[in-house]
Amino acid sequence: MKNQEHTKATRYGMAIDLDKCTGCGVCVIACASENNVPVMYDESDKTRNISWMQVYILTNGSQFPHTKVIYIPRPCMQCDNPPCVPVCPATATRKDPNTGIVSQIYARCVGCRYCMAACPYHARDFNWFDPHFPEGTDRYLSPEVSPRTRGVVEKCTFCHHRLMRARTRAYREGRRDLREDEYIPACAQACPAKAITFGDLNNPGHTVSRLIKSPYVFRLLGRLGTEPKVYYISSEDWVRRMADNYLPGEFKGRG
Amino acid sequence: MDLALIPNGAQRCSLKRFLPWMLVWSLVVAWGLVSAFLCFYKGLNQTNMNHYFAFGLWIVFDLSLIALGAGTFFTGFLTHIMGKDELKAIMNPAVVIGFICYSAAIAVLVVDIGQPLRGWFIFWHANVHSMLTEVSFCITAYLGVLTIEYLALIFSNRKLNEIREFTIFGNNLQHMMAFFAAAGTFLSFFHQGSLGGMFGVLFARPFAFREGFLIWPWTFFLFILSSIAAGPSFTLLCVWITQRVTGKELVKRKVFDMLGKISGWLLGSYMILKILDTISWAYGVVPRAGLSFRDFYEGPYGIWLMIAEIGIFGIIPAIILISPRLRKKNGLLIIGALMNIIGIVLNRFAFTIQTLTIPVMPFDAFMSYFPTWQEWGIALSAVGYGILLFSLSYRYLPLFPQEAELNPVKVLGKAVTDSGLVQKR
Repeated sequence: MKNQEHTKATRYGMAIDLDKCTGCGVCVIACASENNVPVMYDESDKTRNISWMQVYILTNGSQFPHTKVIYIPRPCMQCDNPPCVPVCPATATRKDPNTGIVSQIYARCVGCRYCMAACPYHARDFNWFDPHFPEGTDRYLSPEVSPRTRGVVEKCTFCHHRLMRARTRAYREGRRDLREDEYIPACAQACPAKAITFGDLNNPGHTVSRLIKSPYVFRLLGRLGTEPKVYYISSEDWVRRMADNYLPGEFKGRG
Repeated sequence: MDLALIPNGAQRCSLKRFLPWMLVWSLVVAWGLVSAFLCFYKGLNQTNMNHYFAFGLWIVFDLSLIALGAGTFFTGFLTHIMGKDELKAIMNPAVVIGFICYSAAIAVLVVDIGQPLRGWFIFWHANVHSMLTEVSFCITAYLGVLTIEYLALIFSNRKLNEIREFTIFGNNLQHMMAFFAAAGTFLSFFHQGSLGGMFGVLFARPFAFREGFLIWPWTFFLFILSSIAAGPSFTLLCVWITQRVTGKELVKRKVFDMLGKISGWLLGSYMILKILDTISWAYGVVPRAGLSFRDFYEGPYGIWLMIAEIGIFGIIPAIILISPRLRKKNGLLIIGALMNIIGIVLNRFAFTIQTLTIPVMPFDAFMSYFPTWQEWGIALSAVGYGILLFSLSYRYLPLFPQEAELNPVKVLGKAVTDSGLVQKR
């Protein structure tokens, strides 16, 4: 009985429709401004800047006029079996069993970066520099999200503070459950193409739980057993082929 | 000037020769201290590490230092627990080498973590599931054991030995060495293994991931075996270098032979298991991840790295060290020990750097990394610190019990044989 209840626990997840994504980058900006992501001395250095949401550009490798381009927005995959959580020596990252969200406790992180070595998605960023907010932008800092100091690891939290805000509101109104539209991360809210759908993967009433049943759905590196809760949708075989590693003859396209 | 501190029956070079030698290595340590200051003051942006290379030169150095420092616990185990009395001749230098390796490794780790002041959180908020927690606990505890073992040695200094309390304390510590050796063996077994486990549990990094036994991936056992294979070789090499530098025979040849033999057989066993592990990985973990063996050996870290690690610096030194005929030749014995060490360092390099270099996502880029002068400074200062401490220990402590016998010193025409060890009362 207990197990049954456990499987019904909320599992927040995301479906990103790559056929809709235009690569505009609004999700990146929305994420950064929502979560007090600092601006680095050189934002073009993508190996050291802080970017919870990163957009990869993929092409099918064909010559014009057959060239195709898609964009893959990559937040933290919020894995059901996160490789980063068990390795942290200081318990500075944990997966909430009630929401499935993998959090990072900045004040506890010692900066050993073992979690970064464990994550194959590069979803974790280390603060190589002191956080810097250009003059004026500091006035836009969100009081709901703690800024991070130099020397700690940070990552996408599915805008966890929005969940806390929504829960507080629901509590005030005497409700236990949240409505689907009450808690949405900044990236999903800002996407002009509505390519990102967010919700409870375990709740049949939520759109996202329907979307992830699409035959065109896939996950990044699904074979490794990390069980990401970020799903992608693409009708293109070559896109789905590029989401994981396959030996010759293993990948079965949908035509 | 410092004659009163030099062990009985031992001859040491003059201070005029000793101080410039110390100055050179002090400069290397100073380079490291400046680098460490910059890293503390300005942050780890002083390195060339990045989100792709979360670990860099320092972790390679750390893993290597700890593997090479394994000579201490293993020599202690063989001497005090297994009763191999011949190895007593090498026990003291082994303790100093171990203390140097472990203290340097911990010092480098302190610089390597982004928040050094929070280092103690690993003990306070310990995550019992993390291999790194096990490593941290065991390394710290083992450094404590090594400090006690080193203290017992320091108290055997000629001058300190004159102080009754120190003598009694030193004697008591010497009597408890079997206990410390057992504690050291237990702690070392776990942290050497956990260092391997650290990589073996990375199930989302197919290069490093290994299946295993219960909670321990195969790398856990392979790291233990490789460290006890390389540790005695490193002790052997350090003592041989000391002999070359000082121009004196400090240890009898049969001790070298024994260390070489132990290293050789352990390396040989390790090589068999490593090859089996590589085959099972190539046919198990790799295809399950949708990859082929070749995918891991493209770019600068090509198949040459594996050939170098297992073939050239693995099988060849194992043959040299196992064969009594080959290891009888001084040159070959030293080359065998050196190659053994290089092989183990290559293994630690591969697990640290190659694990991170190989892109897991098919559309990910291959990144390269080269350490900054600050990273080199800190890494090399560990070497400088080691040479400084070993030189001081050699000069002022009776490290080699066979030294007096092998190099009799005549005082007023009479041979002095007392090497100044703690006198039993």
